[in-house]
Amino acid sequence: MNDRVLRLTGLTKAYPGVVANDDVSFDIGKGEVHALLGENGAGKSTLVKMIYGLVKPDSGSMELNGTPYHPQEPRQARANGVAMVFQHFSLFDAMSVAENIALGMETPPTPRDLAHQIREVSQTYGLPLDPHKIVGGLSAGERQRVEIIRCLLQNPKLLIMDEPTSVLTPQEVDILFKTLRQLKAEGTSILYISHKLDEIRAICDTATILRLGKKVDTCTPAEKSARELAEMMVGASFASPQRHDRELGPVLLSVNGLSVPAADAFGTALRNISFDIQAGEILGIGGVAGNGQDELLAAISGETRVPSGMMTMNGQDIGQWGPNARRQLGVLCAPEERLGHAAAPNMSLTENAMMTGATRQGLVSNGILNWTKARNFAQDIISAFDVRTPGPQNAARSLSGGNLQKFVIGREVLQNPDVLVVNQPTWGVDAAAAASIRQALLDLATQGAAVVVISQDLDELIEISDRFGALNVGRIDKIVPMRGLTIDEIGLMMGGAGTDV
Amino acid sequence: MDINPILLAAAIMVASTPILLAAIGELVVERAGVLNLGVEGMMITGAVVGFIAAHESESATLGFMGAALGGAAVSVIFGLLTQFLLTNQVATGLALTLFGVGLSALVGQGYETTTQVPVPKIPIPVLSDIPIIGTIFFRHDAMVYLSLLIVAGVFVFLTKTRAGMILRAVGENHDAAHALGYKVRRVRMMAIMFGGACAGLGGAYISLVRVPQWVDNITAGTGWIALAIVVFASWKPWRLLLGAYLFGGVTALQINIQAEGLDIPVEYLSMSPYLATILVLVVISGGRAPGSLGKIFHASS
Amino acid sequence: MILLEKRKQTSQFWTYVTPILAVVLTMIFGGVLFAILGKDPVLAIKTIFWDPVFGEFAFYYRPEVLKKAAPLILIAIGLSYGFKAGIWNIGAEGQYIIGAICAAGVALSFYPTEGRWFIFPLMIVAGIAGGMIWAMVPALLRVYFKTNEILVSLMLVYVADVLIKAFSIGLMRNPDGHGFPGSRNLNDYPAAANLELIAGTGLHWGVIAAIGVVVASYAILARHQFGFHVRLTGESPRAAGFAGVNANRLIMVCFLISGGLAGVAGMFEVSGPAAQILGSFPSAYGFTAIIVAFLGRLNPIGILLAGLLLALTYVGGSAAETAMNIPSATIQIFQGMLLFVLLSVDVLTDYRLRWVARSGGV
Repeated sequence: MNDRVLRLTGLTKAYPGVVANDDVSFDIGKGEVHALLGENGAGKSTLVKMIYGLVKPDSGSMELNGTPYHPQEPRQARANGVAMVFQHFSLFDAMSVAENIALGMETPPTPRDLAHQIREVSQTYGLPLDPHKIVGGLSAGERQRVEIIRCLLQNPKLLIMDEPTSVLTPQEVDILFKTLRQLKAEGTSILYISHKLDEIRAICDTATILRLGKKVDTCTPAEKSARELAEMMVGASFASPQRHDRELGPVLLSVNGLSVPAADAFGTALRNISFDIQAGEILGIGGVAGNGQDELLAAISGETRVPSGMMTMNGQDIGQWGPNARRQLGVLCAPEERLGHAAAPNMSLTENAMMTGATRQGLVSNGILNWTKARNFAQDIISAFDVRTPGPQNAARSLSGGNLQKFVIGREVLQNPDVLVVNQPTWGVDAAAAASIRQALLDLATQGAAVVVISQDLDELIEISDRFGALNVGRIDKIVPMRGLTIDEIGLMMGGAGTDV
Repeated sequence: MDINPILLAAAIMVASTPILLAAIGELVVERAGVLNLGVEGMMITGAVVGFIAAHESESATLGFMGAALGGAAVSVIFGLLTQFLLTNQVATGLALTLFGVGLSALVGQGYETTTQVPVPKIPIPVLSDIPIIGTIFFRHDAMVYLSLLIVAGVFVFLTKTRAGMILRAVGENHDAAHALGYKVRRVRMMAIMFGGACAGLGGAYISLVRVPQWVDNITAGTGWIALAIVVFASWKPWRLLLGAYLFGGVTALQINIQAEGLDIPVEYLSMSPYLATILVLVVISGGRAPGSLGKIFHASS
Repeated sequence: MILLEKRKQTSQFWTYVTPILAVVLTMIFGGVLFAILGKDPVLAIKTIFWDPVFGEFAFYYRPEVLKKAAPLILIAIGLSYGFKAGIWNIGAEGQYIIGAICAAGVALSFYPTEGRWFIFPLMIVAGIAGGMIWAMVPALLRVYFKTNEILVSLMLVYVADVLIKAFSIGLMRNPDGHGFPGSRNLNDYPAAANLELIAGTGLHWGVIAAIGVVVASYAILARHQFGFHVRLTGESPRAAGFAGVNANRLIMVCFLISGGLAGVAGMFEVSGPAAQILGSFPSAYGFTAIIVAFLGRLNPIGILLAGLLLALTYVGGSAAETAMNIPSATIQIFQGMLLFVLLSVDVLTDYRLRWVARSGGV
C-alpha cells in the first residue's frame, strides 16, 4: 500500500555562483519523522523552500500523496497540507497571538472561534498559549509555539520544521519532542531540519544528509553513531580545537551588580550581573536568544553607558567610557549581527578594519585617517584568518557568512586585546570556519587574554570554556567551573524561561 | 470681541476638513509601512485639477472626483519608484512635492481669476435644526460629512477586516508578511493610491470651498501639517480626528482674530499654525510607529 | 518578468554614469513636455542649456549662472553631510532666510559707518550664526525629544518666510524709501556690498566661498574621521555606534554645518545679487539645493557640477521664458522630474536587472 506522503525526484536549484541543490531525491512516509541533515550552506533551506512553494526548482519534480505537486506559492502548499515553521519566525511583534495566527491561515474562523481553537489545540499538544497576548512580549520558546500552533490549526499532513531547537532550553526541547511524538502517532509526517546530531538520533526515524547541495545518503540515524553522521555531513575529518591547560593571571575585567534598564518595550533589562574574569581564562555564557545577550555585549563594549561602580578594567572604572576609550584600554568586542553591526555591509573590508582598528592600530592621527595603513591591516586579517575574498577593497556583504565572521573576529584578535567578548561567534558558519574561530579564541586565551564567549551553542561552550554561567531574563545566577557539569545542570541553569506558562 | 463661538466652531470644521482628508489618507499609507512626504504635492495637484474640472464641467462633484483621480495618478509615480525601483522614500516624496507644485503652477495658468463653482451646503434634515449643535455639526457641505465617514471607514477597515489586518501586518514587518505569502507591494500600491486620492480631495476642498479660488501655492504647507498630525495621532484614526480639528481650530481662530483687527501683529498669527505644529510634535513623543515604516522592501527569497 | 537582483558590490561604473543618464533622460522628457505645450522641443532645450554658456549672449548669461550656482552649491554641500548620515534637514530655505536677515541686520545697524574690514566679516559671522541657530531648533528637538526633524525644519521655513515679510515692511524698512516695502539697498553701501570682484564675471565672494567649501569638503570626506563617521552612520547606524560614533553629537554637528552654510549663502545673496531684504527674497534655493545634493550624489565634486547645471536651468529657463514664452513653472517641473529620474536610474548602482521567463513549471 502506498504509504508515501512526499516524493522528491532530482530537485535542482542554482543561484549565480552557487548550486544550492543538485539532483536531490528522497521519500517521506506517513507518520515518519524525517531529518534533513547538513551543515550551514549545505542546501537545506533552499530545498524546503521549494517544498513550501517559496522557490521554484530549476529541474526535477515532486509528488504529494501520489499526485504531481508544484506549488507556485506558500498558499498553495498550505492548501495541499504542507505547513512550515521557519527558523526565523514570521511574526508581527505589535499584534496579538490570535492575529498572528489568523494571518498565517487561509480562511481563519471568526475571532471568537479562533481564540477558542487556539486555547484548545495549544493545550492538547502541551504548548499552552493565550490568544490575546501581544507577541512582542513572548519569549523565544513561546513565539515558536505561536508558529507551531499556526501550522497545527490547519491539520497539515506534512510539517516542516527548520532548526526548531536553536531557541530552546533543554527542558523546552523535551516538551517539543513530546509534541512531535504525539503528532507522529496521529499520522502527521515531519521533516526536521537540523545539524544537531544527538537530537536527530533521539527523535528521527530517517535522515537525509546533504553536503554542498548534493545528497550524500539517506539512512536510519539510530543505526549510525554521531561521529559517522558528522563525517557524512562534513565530508572530512578535521582537528577539533586543541585545548591547553592554562595558567590564570590577575583579574582583568570586573563586573559588579551590572543593571541596565530595557532599551524599549521588547528589550531585556540586565539585572545585577556580577563576574570577574582572569587573564588566560575563557568564560562561557550560555542562554537562549532574547535573554539579554545583545544588551550585555553593548554594556561591555561601551555602546550603552552604565553608572560608575558597575564595571572596572585593571582597576579603572570604565562604565561611563565610550567604545574607543575602552578599546584603548584593551577591551574589545564582537557583536552577534555580522552585517549591520559588527560590519557595515556596503563598505569595504578596509573601511571595516578602520571602523574598530583606528584606535589600537594607529590608523588615525589628529583626525586624519591613514587609509594605506588601514588597507594593510585589513590585508593582515585576511591572510591570518584565511578569509576567502579577492581583496580588502571588496564590500563586506560580498563575503560568505563564514568568511565575514572570520574577518570580524580576526579583526579584534589581531589587535591584541586584553579582554575579548564575543557574542555567537560561530552561528551560521560552516564547520571548518567555526573550528578555526574557536581555535583562535583558545589561542588568544593561551597568550594571556581574558575571553568571554556568549553563545547559544552548548556544544561549543562545553568545548572551550573554563567556567560557565547562564544568562536568563537578564540575570546570571551563578558561575561554575565547566569541568564536570552535566547537560541537565546546564539546562536548569538556563532556567525557567518558557518551561512553564 | 465679536467672534461668535458657534460660527467659529462650524468654521473650524470647515478649516479642518482638508487637513483631515490628507492626514487620514497618509495614515493608511504609513500603517502599510510607507512614508510618503509628497502629501503637499498631491494636495496641490488635487487642488488645481479639482478646480479646473469643476470649472470646465460646472459641477463641483466632478471637480472633486477629478481631484481624487489627479492625486491618485500623481501618487502612482511615487509608488512605482519606491516599491518597484526601490528608491529612498524621503527623497522620492520630496521630489513628488517639488514636481506637484511645479505641475500645478503650470497647469493652473490662466485659471487664477476665474470664478468658482458653488458648492452647496447640505443641511441634514431634523438634526440641523437642533439649536447650537445643529449649526455646528449638521449644516455643512457634503465633503465635510464624507471626510468624517472616511475616518470612520478607515477605523473599521483597520481594526475589523481581514484586509485591514493584512495591511497592518505589512506595515509592521514586511519580511514576515512576504514570507507568509502576502503581496507586500500590491498592498502598498493600493494604500499609496488611496492616500493620493484623499490628499487630492483635501486640496480640492481648499480650492473649491475654503478659499475658494485657484492661486499658486494655495496649500501653503497644509500637506506638511497633515504629516505631523499622523504622528500626533500615533497612527490611530480617532486621535487623528482630534488632531485635525485642533489644527483647524488654530487656523480658523487666527483668521478670525486677524479679521477682528485686534492688536496682535498679523505675522505672529500667521506663524501660529506652524509653531503649534512644532509644539505638538515635541509634546507628543508618539506611539510606536509601524515596524517597517520607511524601510525599503526587497523580496529576496 | 524583470527581476531586481542585488549586486555583490556597489557598481562603480553606474555610480558615475547615473547622473549623466538622468540628465539626458530628463532632457528627453522635458522635450516631450515642451512639445505638448506647443513649443519646439529642440529649440527649447538649446535655449535653456546651450545658449547661456556658448550662445550669442553668453557673456551676459555666464556670470548669471555663477551667481545662481553659488548659493546652491554652498547649501547643498552643507546638506550633503546630514543626508549621508540619514539626517534630513529639509528646512535649509529657512536657515538661508534667517542668515540673510541676521547679516542684513548687522549691516543696517552699522549704516552708514565705513569700515568694510570689520563690517563685512561681521556680516559673514552673523549669517553663519543666524543659520546655525535656526538649524539648532530641529537638531535639539530631535536629540532630546526624538521629534521628526523633517517636519520641524520645514515648519520653520514657513515661519522664516513670515518673518522676512514682516521685517521688510516693518523693522528693516528703508526710512528713505518713500514708504515702499524693502530695506536699504546693500549694494549701495560699500562696507556691506557683495559685488563682483572682477567686472563681468559674476565672481563675488559667495562664489569664491562656494569653491573653497567644495575643496574643503572633499578633503574632509576623503581623509577626515568626521567624514568617515558621517558615511558610516548613513550606511549602518548600529555599526556606527559600535565604532564609537556619538549619534547625538553627529546630528548636532551636521545641522550646524548645513545651517551655517545655508545662512552664509543667505548673507552673500542679500548683500549681493538680491541686494535687499524683501518679501520676495526667498527664492527656493534651499529646496533646489536638495536636488543639487542628490544629483551630485552627495559628493563635493558632483555637487559642484550639479549646482552649475541647475543654475543653468534657472538662467536658461528665464531666457526661454522671454524668447519662447515658456512659462517659468516649467522649470520647477523640470527640476522635480530630474530628481525623479535620478532616483529611478539610481537603482542600477546597487541592483542588476534580470529577465526571467514567466513560466513557473517544475
